[in-house]
Amino acid sequence: MTTPAKTIIQFENVTKRFGKMIAVDDVRLSINEGEFFALLGPSGCGKTTLLRMLAGFETPSAGRILIDGEDISRIPPNRRPVNMVFQSYAVFPHMTVADNVAYGLTIEKVAAPERARRVEEALALVKLDGLGGRKPDQLSGGQRQRVALARALIKRPRVLLLDEPLSALDAKLREQMRSELAQLQDKVGITFLIVTHDQDEALAMASRCAVMNRGLLQQVATPGDLYEFPNSRFVADFIGSVNMFEGRLLVDEHDRAVIETSELPTKVYLDHGVTGAHASTVWVALRPEKIELHKRGQGTPPPDLEDAPANHNLAAGVIRQITYLGSESVYDVEVTGGRTLRALRSNLTRRDQEDFVCDEPVWLAWHACSPAVLLS
Amino acid sequence: MTGLAKQRREAPGPLEYLRRWPIRTWLVLVTIFLYAPLITLMAFSFNDSKRNIVWRGFTLKYYVQTFADSDLITAFGNSLTIAVVSTIVSVILGAFTALLLWRFRFPFKPALEGALALPIVVPEICMGVAMLVFFTEIMPWPTDLIWPLNLGAIIISHISFSFSFVAIVIRGRLASFNRELEEAAKDLGAGEWRVFRDILIPHMGPGLLAGALLAFTLSLDDFVITFFTSGPDTSTFPVKVYSMVRFSVTPEVNAASTILIVLTVALTAVALRVSGGQVALAEAEGH
Repeated sequence: MTTPAKTIIQFENVTKRFGKMIAVDDVRLSINEGEFFALLGPSGCGKTTLLRMLAGFETPSAGRILIDGEDISRIPPNRRPVNMVFQSYAVFPHMTVADNVAYGLTIEKVAAPERARRVEEALALVKLDGLGGRKPDQLSGGQRQRVALARALIKRPRVLLLDEPLSALDAKLREQMRSELAQLQDKVGITFLIVTHDQDEALAMASRCAVMNRGLLQQVATPGDLYEFPNSRFVADFIGSVNMFEGRLLVDEHDRAVIETSELPTKVYLDHGVTGAHASTVWVALRPEKIELHKRGQGTPPPDLEDAPANHNLAAGVIRQITYLGSESVYDVEVTGGRTLRALRSNLTRRDQEDFVCDEPVWLAWHACSPAVLLS
Repeated sequence: MTGLAKQRREAPGPLEYLRRWPIRTWLVLVTIFLYAPLITLMAFSFNDSKRNIVWRGFTLKYYVQTFADSDLITAFGNSLTIAVVSTIVSVILGAFTALLLWRFRFPFKPALEGALALPIVVPEICMGVAMLVFFTEIMPWPTDLIWPLNLGAIIISHISFSFSFVAIVIRGRLASFNRELEEAAKDLGAGEWRVFRDILIPHMGPGLLAGALLAFTLSLDDFVITFFTSGPDTSTFPVKVYSMVRFSVTPEVNAASTILIVLTVALTAVALRVSGGQVALAEAEGH
């Protein structure tokens, strides 16, 4: 990570049309060597088409795709320096595990002894040692995926493409494979490009993510930035859960901003400036875990917010629903004015879940640095 | 244990159809009607009597007679030759037709797919007459060719109806092909030919075998179409048996039929064994 990152893949204004439908719309994207890059988006957003264009199964309608500076847009898939792990794994059912893994080398006409050595190496890499003689129908889903991984990695591709690799696994295995994939990428040092609709998966594994919607690239950022500093309502809403309000920008100075919204009984105060025209429409995105719950009973004064003036970032409400999730509880709170806000509270002690009950009056409070302001 | 024993005497469960007497009766009747004629035919081939009426003791002399009947043996040889040649050709033709229909989009494709089923639905007698007209008017097949060229007309007509069976069976098999397998092979460096050889052919395997089996048995026992296309000097086994039966059903006919039955059953069993039951599946898809 000390050397400056070298670009390995470049999408230059890539567009793909299927008839009248635009699947990928003028995408410009660079991926660096050694990255674990995730393409994230809802189904039909064009992420799979983008991946398939990189693998060579689709040709761009316009634009160029470069690998190591070389235009590969017209090169057939069997002569590209990329390999893919398919969503269905596509393990050849009539071949043994070893033959599956060796297939790419057989075509390259690699000599038998070296081939055998590399197959063994690849199987060990994905922890399938000793299963080379099995047929795919004698393997579990997770093992079949490992075969697909080994089969692609043995070719030592410049980039490994993974198409929804974890979607067919059950929850426990998925979590395990997540960390294993990350470790594997660390070990082999190959650039990974993964396509997924599961934001948890992308946040957990990727070093950088691109969020797509309707063929357009919405935002490219690290998982942390994507979650905390989304650049649009779509990204804020797609990644994690969020409370969103439409409002007007009242004050916008370099060290503070105030937004007024009809959906909240309070003004939203920010400890930083926003780049937007005065009185223009903006959106405030507030993550549930950034909202604090406080008791609101007779005689209890409202909680003191040190970083916001009075009447800001503090809303009175009543708990309408509590969802207990073990590690945390989700509180749906109806604030004055009728809007329901979602707040998340970690159950730090074994009695925390008993602190609040349904229909209890509460204060909702948040810090001046918590809301994200979105201009689109 | 007592609980289990008691359960046995209880009324049959909702899915235990075989424990209900109407179903059992049905099963017995079906079995009798299916197999009784065949078993009778086979049993009487060992009957030491000129007539197929009363059991007079065991003998193998009709088998000896059958094998000594040079006309019958010639007809049998003709049948096998026709079956083998027409099977090979119709499997190749059918496989490529199926691939074409599965892989490509082209104008009038539904029409072609429909036309493919024609030889299956058209009454055999019409096919036979059509073939007769074709081989006398349009493309007269010389009758004085040497063996096996004199069988050409029969072989061509057999191919023309059995290849569509093959194509439909293989088409059904191809429908279950996962296109990602093909993409995976290409991704790993395979060109079109390698994909075809390494991935597609193995997937088609059970379909090819099932198609071949269908074509072979269809050809071997075809009577109607063969009857119309065989020349005066060429005869196949079913046609020969028919001419023998015109006088009387002798035990010799029984013996010859038994040989044919055993042959086809053995062949089917081998094919099922080789493919691990997938042939039955592929055949079921085709029908």
